[in-house]
Amino acid sequence: MNTFQGYRRPNGEVGIRNHLLLIPTVICANQVVNRISQLVGDTVAIPHQHGCSQIGADKDRTFDVLAGTGKNPNVGGVIIISLGCEVIDPTALAEAIRVTGKKIEVFDIQSIGGSVKAIQHGAELARKMRAELDQEQKVAIPFNELKVGVKCGGSDATSGLASNPALGVAADSLIAEGGGIVISETTEIIGAEHVLAERCRTPEVSDKLYYIVDRFEKEVERMGADMRGGNPSPGNIAGGLTTIEEKSLGCISKCGTAPIEGIVEYAEFIPANGLYFMDSPGNDIECVSGMAAGGVHIVCFTTGRGTPTGAAVVPVIKITGNKKMYERMTDNMDVDVSELLDGTLSMEAAGERIWQEIQEVSNGKQTKAEILGHNEFSINRIGPSL
Amino acid sequence: MAEHIHSGAEALVMDGKDHVATAIQDLQAGSTISIMKQGLLSELFVVETIPFGHKIAIEAIEEGTSVRKYGEVIGRATVLIPQGTHVHVHNVEGIRGRGDRAGSDQSAEAKGAKQV
Repeated sequence: MNTFQGYRRPNGEVGIRNHLLLIPTVICANQVVNRISQLVGDTVAIPHQHGCSQIGADKDRTFDVLAGTGKNPNVGGVIIISLGCEVIDPTALAEAIRVTGKKIEVFDIQSIGGSVKAIQHGAELARKMRAELDQEQKVAIPFNELKVGVKCGGSDATSGLASNPALGVAADSLIAEGGGIVISETTEIIGAEHVLAERCRTPEVSDKLYYIVDRFEKEVERMGADMRGGNPSPGNIAGGLTTIEEKSLGCISKCGTAPIEGIVEYAEFIPANGLYFMDSPGNDIECVSGMAAGGVHIVCFTTGRGTPTGAAVVPVIKITGNKKMYERMTDNMDVDVSELLDGTLSMEAAGERIWQEIQEVSNGKQTKAEILGHNEFSINRIGPSL
Repeated sequence: MAEHIHSGAEALVMDGKDHVATAIQDLQAGSTISIMKQGLLSELFVVETIPFGHKIAIEAIEEGTSVRKYGEVIGRATVLIPQGTHVHVHNVEGIRGRGDRAGSDQSAEAKGAKQV
């Protein structure tokens, strides 16, 4: 069986990276977290704007994204840094992550006596935990335990013609190995949902797909504006995409041809095998952060306009079908499939090129986004700040 | 969907039902180009300059027509679009996600079309 070298976690899950993650429960702890990350190398900080003055489903969403990011199997250890009076409960967050059996520490800035002491305490914890994590050994893992998210961003016409269908071929290769694929971006199936609905495993899954699209479209209607200009974005339009329907129809090929087994909510845990749909906005960073919180190991990201997007705890593989952009932005692109458009590369070979890259990145190869330190993180909001 | 993209064309038609081809080079006004449709090359006269990645009408598209690409509806023609001209935001509007039309007859019509 085809295998890669990864980390076997205490709960049986596998990681392809061994991150030490520093989570601020609230924006007020961001600076302390950033300073600890500067002091101790090979740590990942996820500063964010949220964690207080939130209620209900909006508060739950922030909690779920923070907990899911901590639970992601690419994370070997977690330090939670709280202010001490915020809405997100640091103890509950620690408990939610602790079920995975990974190393976890939690403290708050108010009890410890301010920023300087908190930075010192956090840095000492981080140094010890990093040293322990570095002792862990990789083992052989079969590819049927790999979960990959598929995403497109900064799309142009080459996305629908070349990079998305090529990624779909690679997605089918992982499914054939027994692995899992997740597609999301509810906004970007508007106008193409009938095509995906036909591929849902059961009528219940199909009904839920229509339901989440309707829910999203009602939110757009509530804003009282044409979504064109927001999505498709000005850059999408400059690249030749005219309507959200056209963009959506070009988007959906990136998940391959497998049946859709189920629909998960934003940041919800994604079951291991087969193809799933996650309800999420099209916004690149919110979407990738939601998939990472759902437990994917890698995100494959197609782009025609070009974007540097990375993610905090998962490698992001950037794929393009736009030759001119590839030559301009080679710094940010991992896989070029633009020869598809001049007829010198078959769709099958383009898909194989992406599948090879997925295997190499699983085995430890650094993506361009990782090398450049692109560890973007963002939490989707569904309510107002109080 | 484009399983195999062949060389020798300047624009690609993704499905037999489509009204448009996508330019895979910049297309110059007054030139005659080759378009690829279902594995067959044919010629098309370019009436106005079309940038790389943008769409060209492969036939005249009447006002109000549901415009197709990938064999599916990508929007509605707001004016008559002559053959060989640029198909984009100036002559095609989206039917979906139209909060600006929420509650109007056109919005209700769009919802009705959703299950097609």
